[in-house]
Order: sequence, then structure tokens, then C-alpha cells
Amino acid sequence: MPPTRPISRRLTSDRDPSRSTHHAAGRCSGQDARTPGRRRRRKLPGGGLLIGAVVPALLLGLWWLVTEGTGTFSPVQLPAPQTVFSAGVGLFESGDLIDHMTISLQRVLLGFAAGAGLGLALGSLLGLSSIADALLHPTVGAFRAVPSLAWVPLLLLWVGIDEDSKVILIAIGAFFPVFTAVHSALRHVDAQLVEAGRAFGFHGVRLLGTVQLPAVVPSVFSGLRLGLAQAWLFLVAAELLASSEGLGFLLDESRNNGRTDRLLLAIVLLALLGKLTDTLLGIVERKALKTWA
Amino acid sequence: MILPASTLTEDDVSTTGAAAAASVPISGSSPAASSRPGYTSLDVQLSGVGRSFGDHTVLRDVSLRVAPGEVLAILGSSGCGKSTLLRAVGGLDTGSTGEILIDGSAVQRYDERTAVGFQEPRLLPWRSIYKNVSLGLPRSLSKAEGRERVDELLELVGLKDRAALRPREISGGMAQRASLARALARRPGVLLLDEPFGALDALTRLKMQDLLLDVHAQTGTTVLLVTHDVDEALQLADRVLLLGMNAGDPTAAEGATIARLLNVPGSRPRDRASAELAALRGELFSGLGVDSHTH
Repeated sequence: MPPTRPISRRLTSDRDPSRSTHHAAGRCSGQDARTPGRRRRRKLPGGGLLIGAVVPALLLGLWWLVTEGTGTFSPVQLPAPQTVFSAGVGLFESGDLIDHMTISLQRVLLGFAAGAGLGLALGSLLGLSSIADALLHPTVGAFRAVPSLAWVPLLLLWVGIDEDSKVILIAIGAFFPVFTAVHSALRHVDAQLVEAGRAFGFHGVRLLGTVQLPAVVPSVFSGLRLGLAQAWLFLVAAELLASSEGLGFLLDESRNNGRTDRLLLAIVLLALLGKLTDTLLGIVERKALKTWA
Repeated sequence: MILPASTLTEDDVSTTGAAAAASVPISGSSPAASSRPGYTSLDVQLSGVGRSFGDHTVLRDVSLRVAPGEVLAILGSSGCGKSTLLRAVGGLDTGSTGEILIDGSAVQRYDERTAVGFQEPRLLPWRSIYKNVSLGLPRSLSKAEGRERVDELLELVGLKDRAALRPREISGGMAQRASLARALARRPGVLLLDEPFGALDALTRLKMQDLLLDVHAQTGTTVLLVTHDVDEALQLADRVLLLGMNAGDPTAAEGATIARLLNVPGSRPRDRASAELAALRGELFSGLGVDSHTH
């Protein structure tokens, strides 16, 4: 008998906390089940940043090794990393570097805003209205089939070699991924949810804002990120072809002057700026997904 | 117990029927709720209603009147046009022929006097339960009034402590209760339920049936309930409308119509095992083409 009492007492004393945790788990089972997973996933970015830096550090080391004393490459073919760095410092001190970066960033942001905005608008219109879709989709599809760089000669002829033609080209590049993502996502919104929305008195803009747009938020953001990448692609194309400033111009000018160090600098800066803007968009995306998905 | 609503357990204990359930206050915070505040019940008049899809006639010559506050169960084998009839009454489908009047005037597209509870809960996955229910509020309501009404409804369906959760975080039965609360939010004159408990497990379904009786007792709204479950129809309805084809008559036109219209005796909640209901059950099963004696 004596041994049973402590055991039973332990059982009952154990049961109380276990019951209360069970109750809490029952009340919000989904949240409780997800919180540890979320915490584990959220831990990754901090550690993930470090892990993600391993390969670039190795590449940098390899770059330094092959340029340091082996004589495999001439300085014109592949300058050492420290040469590229000092080229960057030199350009920064003269103020040119900031100018190149600023104008490139400005072009990308303007072009992306215009192209993505238009893509959202037209994608929504064609995705929501069957009439607009039947009327316009073949035409948009035909324009999409034109390789976007084919517009360059026409843009130069019509708009001229100034900011407008570059921004327009970038906008064209950003437009199609966004348009395609929004359009196809809206055409595949769960028809049952839309009908439920209509049954409860939603139509037009309110239905769009309440049911359709939130439902397509994930696809819209993947379209936006593709569009942003396209915007950087078309920036370099535009600046390589005709410009007097910007990172693309720096690429072209450095090639002409044999300044491989500046050329590599421009590539590194394009990688950093592209990654930075994509990360910022990714932060907005994560916030939006937390609200809507 | 899955259902935390106090009203459900009280309803289980109650033996004096719907009248007793109606006197059970919904919550301490809203004492006026027991007297059907602001709820209306409207009559539905169907005359010669039919519906064809292309050459295929699904429904024909359906004429009947549903009295205000009545619970009408619509029963029939699958594909016989039960949902089609319900959707026509709610104005979700405008292709029907004949005339459907609610409270004497023709049904509008997505008629505001009706509200639909679908077979699937159809909750917006990115909104909390609270915000999903408030989706059903009429636009004329102020924010404060809306909040009050949603709180009241969540209390009624026993989801008050789940209000902040997303649909994927609750069970199928809870989602269906949230869907019912959303349908009630506009205080519909006619509540249209399309096999709302069809996808639930047997025990949850029985509890949902009790909840629906409770809701009906407190709101008094007219209910059209599509179901394929004979016992559910007998437990819930004042009358059972059996839709069917005239299979034995080769000269009859294509499409389902009223095969039987039965009054269900006794006040709710009914004894599921009563002899009267057993007789009706047999009649309905044979109307559905099932020989009840072999089961």
C-alpha cells in the first residue's frame, strides 16, 4: 500500500498540468503545433545568413589565391580582389560610383513601378473580366511573344536616347512577369469562395478587395519578384546600349578602357543591389503573406 | 464534448420542445436576444419552377408555399435538383423558369433577404473566424452594431473562444458552425442550407442538428434545408419535400418534381425512435427507391 500512494499522488499531480496544457493545445491546436516550427524556421535566417556567406567567402578566397602569385591570369584578365576594392574606393571618392549607382537604382525603381503597376492593373482587368480577356489577351500574348530587347531600336527612334527610353524598356521587362502571374492567378481563384462572397453581397471592387486579391497575394508576389529581376536585366541592357552613366555604362566603359577591375566592381555592385532590392521585396512579401495567407 | 455552447447542453436536457429552447437566454450579456430581436421570417412561394441545362431538364413544375418560420427539408436522390432548387430561391442561379416570390416579390440576384449555408464552409482562409462571420453582416450596420452582432452569433454557435483563429486551425464541425453564423449575420428572412452537415461525422452531425434547432428557435427564420439524410429531415423539418422522377411512367416529362410533400408530426426536438417517425421514414425511403424492410 505505501508505495501506491505516492504513485497515485504523483499521477494526479501530474495530471493537472498535463490537462491544462492539453486544454490549451485544444484551444488553439494549430497555433501551438506551429509555433515551435515557426521558431525553428525563424532561427534559420540568422544562422542561414552565416551559412549563406560560406560560399561567397570561399569564392573570394579562391579568387585571391589564383591572382596572388600563380600568374595564371594577367591583371587585365582577372585583377585581384584588393585591386577591385581599391578601384571601388577610388570611384567612390571621386563621387562617380554613387552617381552610377543612384541613377541605375532610380531607373530600375521607376521602370519597375511603372511596369509592375501596369501589370497589376491589366492582369486584374483580364483576370476578372471574361470580356476584357477575350478582347485583349490575344494582343497582350502577341506583344509578350516579341523578345523585349527587340523594342530597343524603336524606342530609340521614337523616344530618343534619354531617361524615358530606358525607363520604358525596364517597364516592359517588369510588366510581363507581373501581368502573367496576376492574370493566371485571378483566373484560378476558388470559384466557391467567389460565389460565397457574391452570396453575401460583395461585387465589383469590394469583391476584388475581399476575396480575389487576397487569394492571389502569394502568386502576385512571386510575379513581382520575377518582374524585379527582369527590371535589373533590362537596366543593364539599356545602359549597355546607350547611356552616359549608370552601372551598365560603367561595364561598357571599363571594357573599352581595359579596366577589368572596374568591370568586376560593376558586376559585384549589380549583384549586391539586385539582392538588396529582392530582399526588401521579400520582407514585404513575408508581411503580406502573414496577413493574407 | 466538442461543443462548448451552453445552449446545446441545455437543449439536450430540455424535453418540452422548441418553446423551452426559445426561452433559454443566449448569453448574459444580451438579455434581449431571447425575444428574436430584429429577426424576420418570410414566406416563399414557388409556382411552376423548373430548370434546364441545355436539353437536359433537371427540375420541372415545382409549386408550393413555404410559410414564414417553417422548416422545410428538401429530400431526394443525388442529382435530382435539390441544390438547383435551393440556389434558385437564393438568387444564386438565375436560369430557372416559373416564379419564385419571397414575401410577395420576385427573387433578386443574390437576394439579400436570403442567406446561404453551403455544403463546404467556404470560409476565407486568410481571415480569422471573427472576420469571416462579419463578412455576412449587412452593410447598413455601424461598426459597433456589427461587432455586437458577431459577438452574439459566435456565442450562439459556441465559437466565442475561437474567434481569433483561422479556418484551418479549427475542426470541420466548427468551420460549419462559423459558416452558419456568417449566414445568420444578415438576419435573413429565409435561411437556405445546402447539405450543411453532409461532410461531418455522425456525432458532430447530430450536434449540429441540435444547434440548428436551437438557432431556429431563437431566430424564427424560415429554413429551407437540402439533405440526403432521411433522419435529419424528420428530426428538423415541419414538412419534407421529396423530389423525384416519375420512374414508372414513361409518358412523364423529364426532370424531377414534387414526388411527396409530408407533414412531420410532433414538436421539436423529436424522439428519434418514435413509431410515427418510423412510418414516415419507411415512406420516404420507398419514395427514394430504397426498400426500407431489407435494411
